[in-house]
Amino acid sequence: MELQSIWFFLWGLLWAIFFLTDGFDFGIGILYPFAGKTDRDKRVMLNAKGPLWDGNEVWLVTAGGVTFAAFPKVYATMFSSLYTPLMLILFALIFRGVAMHFRGKIESPGWKKTWDTLIFLGSFLPALLFGVAFANIFAGIPFDNQGLYHGNTLKLLTPYGLLGGILFVLMFMLHGANWMTIKATGELQDRFARIAAKTWMVLVPVAVVFLIASYFATSLYDNYIKSPALFLVIVIAVAALLCARYFNAKQAWFKAWFASALTIMGCIFFGICGLFPALFPSSMDPAWDLTAFNASSSPLTLKIMLGVVSISIPIVIAYQSWSYNLFKDPISDEDLDMDEAY
Amino acid sequence: MDPVFLSRLQFAAATMFHFLFVPLTLGLSILIAYMETKYAWSGDKNYLRMTKFWGKLFLINFALGVVTGITLEFQFGTNWSRYSEYVGDVFGSLLAIEASAAFFLESTFIGIWIFGWNKISAKAHAGVMWVVAIAGNFSAVWILIANGFMQHPVGYDIRNGRAELTDFMAVVTNKHGLLEIIHVVPASLLLGAFFVMGISAYHLLKKQHTEIFLKSFRIALVVGLVSSLTLGFTGDMHGVNVSKHQPAKLAAMESHWETRTQAPIVMFAIPDETQEKNKIEIGSIPGVLSFLGFHDFNAEVVGLRDIPKEDRPPVLPTFVGFRTMVGLGTLFILLMIYGWIRRNKLLESPNFLKIMLWSIPLPYIAMEMGWVVSEVGRQPWIVYNLMRTSDAVSPIAGTQVMVSLTAFILVYGLLGAVGFYLIAKSVKEGPEAVTA
Repeated sequence: MELQSIWFFLWGLLWAIFFLTDGFDFGIGILYPFAGKTDRDKRVMLNAKGPLWDGNEVWLVTAGGVTFAAFPKVYATMFSSLYTPLMLILFALIFRGVAMHFRGKIESPGWKKTWDTLIFLGSFLPALLFGVAFANIFAGIPFDNQGLYHGNTLKLLTPYGLLGGILFVLMFMLHGANWMTIKATGELQDRFARIAAKTWMVLVPVAVVFLIASYFATSLYDNYIKSPALFLVIVIAVAALLCARYFNAKQAWFKAWFASALTIMGCIFFGICGLFPALFPSSMDPAWDLTAFNASSSPLTLKIMLGVVSISIPIVIAYQSWSYNLFKDPISDEDLDMDEAY
Repeated sequence: MDPVFLSRLQFAAATMFHFLFVPLTLGLSILIAYMETKYAWSGDKNYLRMTKFWGKLFLINFALGVVTGITLEFQFGTNWSRYSEYVGDVFGSLLAIEASAAFFLESTFIGIWIFGWNKISAKAHAGVMWVVAIAGNFSAVWILIANGFMQHPVGYDIRNGRAELTDFMAVVTNKHGLLEIIHVVPASLLLGAFFVMGISAYHLLKKQHTEIFLKSFRIALVVGLVSSLTLGFTGDMHGVNVSKHQPAKLAAMESHWETRTQAPIVMFAIPDETQEKNKIEIGSIPGVLSFLGFHDFNAEVVGLRDIPKEDRPPVLPTFVGFRTMVGLGTLFILLMIYGWIRRNKLLESPNFLKIMLWSIPLPYIAMEMGWVVSEVGRQPWIVYNLMRTSDAVSPIAGTQVMVSLTAFILVYGLLGAVGFYLIAKSVKEGPEAVTA
C-alpha cells in the first residue's frame, strides 16, 4: 500500500479512537443532568470518567496534529472552512474540562449548578457538532480549488448534517451509559442499564435512517459497490449495535461497553471507507476534492511520521490500557471521600 | 475588519494566556515530584502534606493550562491556514510528535496521579509524578523546536510551492530551538520556585505551618538560585544567536537606529518610530551593545534605519519587553543570592519574606515579556525571512475572527478570575492534616 493510503487509514483510525474513548465522556456529560438525581449520583458520574477523560481528549489533539503533519492542506482547508463550529467545540471543551475540576471546589449550590450546566453543554455541543461536521464532510463541503469556503455555519445544519449530529449524540449516550453500568453500583447501576436500553431503542432507527440517507445525500456507497467486501464494515457496526443490547440485557457490562465502542468505530469507518481517497471532498466540483494523494505531506515527512507513530501509538495504547485497568472498579464511598475526587 | 490584525491579536491573547499556566506546570511539577519522592522514601508525613498542598494548586493551574492549549493547536488551521499549508510538511510533524509522544503521557498520568492514591504504592505514585513532570517538559521541548523553526528555518527546500522537509535532524537540532529550550525550561523552574517561595513566605509571615513552609521555601530557593544564574548564561547565548541571525530583532530590542561600530546601549530611551530615532536618550554606554551582541566591543551593529521599513519589527514593545525581561532577570539573581545568605534565618527576615510574597507576579511578567521580544521581534515574518505574517492568514472574514476574539477575551478573562480566586482560596486554607 502507498504511504498516502496508510496515512489515510491512520488518520481515520485516530479520529475513531478519539470518538471511542472520549465518546463515553461526552455521553456521561450529556446524561449528567437527567440521570444524576442527587449530588452523590453526579459525583459518581464525574469520578467514573475523572481519571480517564484527560488522556482521552489527547486523541483529539493527536488526530488534529496528525492531520497537520500528514495532510497539511486538509488541516488548513478543513479548519478554516469549519471555523465557527470548531471554535464552538473548542470553547465547549474548555468549559467541560474546567467545570469538572472546579465544581467541587466550593460548597455552594449556585456555584455547582453553574458548572453542572457547563458540564452538560461542554459534552452535548461537541458531540452534536462533531456529528454535524462529519456528516457534512461525508456529503462534501462547498469550497473551491483555492481552498476558499463558500458556505456558512448555518448551512451546515442540513437534514443529513443534523441526522449525523443526532446519531453521534445517541451513540455517545449509549456508550456513556454502558461505562456507567461498569462504574456504578446498586440502584444507580440499574438506572443506567435502563437508560442504555432506552437509548438503544432510539439509536437503532436513527442509525438505520442514517445508513439509508447516506445513500441519497452522499456518494459514500460508490466505494462499497466497487468493492463489496467493504460491506463487512457496516455488518460489523450493525452486529456490534445488536450485541450492545444483548449484553446489556445479560448484565455483561464490560461486553456491552466493548460493543458500543465497536459500534462507534464501525460508524466512523463506514464513513472513512466510503470517503477514500478523499479526506475532505468538495461539494462544488469533485475535481477539487482534497485527497490522500493531492493533499499529503512529502514522502520524507510521511515516512518519518510513520516511524514516530508506529512506536509511540502502541506505547500510548499500552499505558492507557493500564490506566483503564487501574480504574475499572466501581466507584466506592472511599473513592468519593478522597481530597482529589471531583 | 482586517483578519491579519485580528488573528494576530487572537493568537497573542491565546498564547499569552496559555503561557500564564504552562511555566508553572513545568516548574512546579518537578518540585512536587521531588517532595513526593522524599515522602515515598522517608515516610515523613510532612512531605506528604507538602505534596498534597502544592499538588492542589498545581491541579487548578494544570486544568487551565491544558484546556487553553488545545485551542492553540487548532488556531494554526483556523486562522493561519496559508501558513499551515506552506510549512505544514515541517511544522505539522513537530506538533504531532508533541501530542503523540509527550502530551499523551502527561495527560494520562496526571489522571492516575489525581485518582491513584489508593490504587498504587507510594513509590509508584511518586514515579507517576515524575512521568508527569518529565513528559510536560518534553512537551515544551517539541513546541520550542517548532518555534525554533519559525525563528530560524532549517532543514527544508522550497518544492511544489511549499517548504518540504529535507533534513529532519537539522530541524530537531536547530540551534535556535535548543537555545530556547535551555532558556525556557530554567525560566519555568524559576517561576515555579518563586511561586513556592512567595506562597511559603505568606504562611511564614503568619508563623503558621512553619515546618512545611520552611522546607518548601528552602527546596525552592536552591532551584531558584541555580535557575536564575543559568538564565543569565543562556540569555546571553541567545542574544549572540539573535544578533547573528535576526539583526532587525536585535536593533528593535535596543531601539538602535544608526548602523555603527562600538554600538552603545542606552539606560533609558523612548523610541520614535516615525522619526526613526529615540525621542529621549539617557545614559549611553559605548561598545556595550556590540559586546553583548557579538562579544566584541568594536563589532558593527546594524541600525534600524538600514533595514527596509517593511522588514522592521514594531520597536516599542520589543524594546520595552527586552528591558523588562533583563531588568527582572538581574533582580532575580540578586534576590536569590540574598535569600541564600539568609536561608537559615528566614523567620527572622520578614522584609525579605514580604518581598518574596510580592514577587510572585514578577517571573510571570518576565516570561511573557520574553515571548513579546521573541515573537513581536520576529515580525513582519511568521517564518523568519521565509513567509510574511500577512501572507499566512486564512481566507476568512474578519467578522468571524472578531466574534471568536471577543469570545476568547470574555472566556479567558472569566477563567483567569476563577482560577486566581480558587488558587488564592486554597493558599489561605493552607495544608490539610493528613490522615493517610
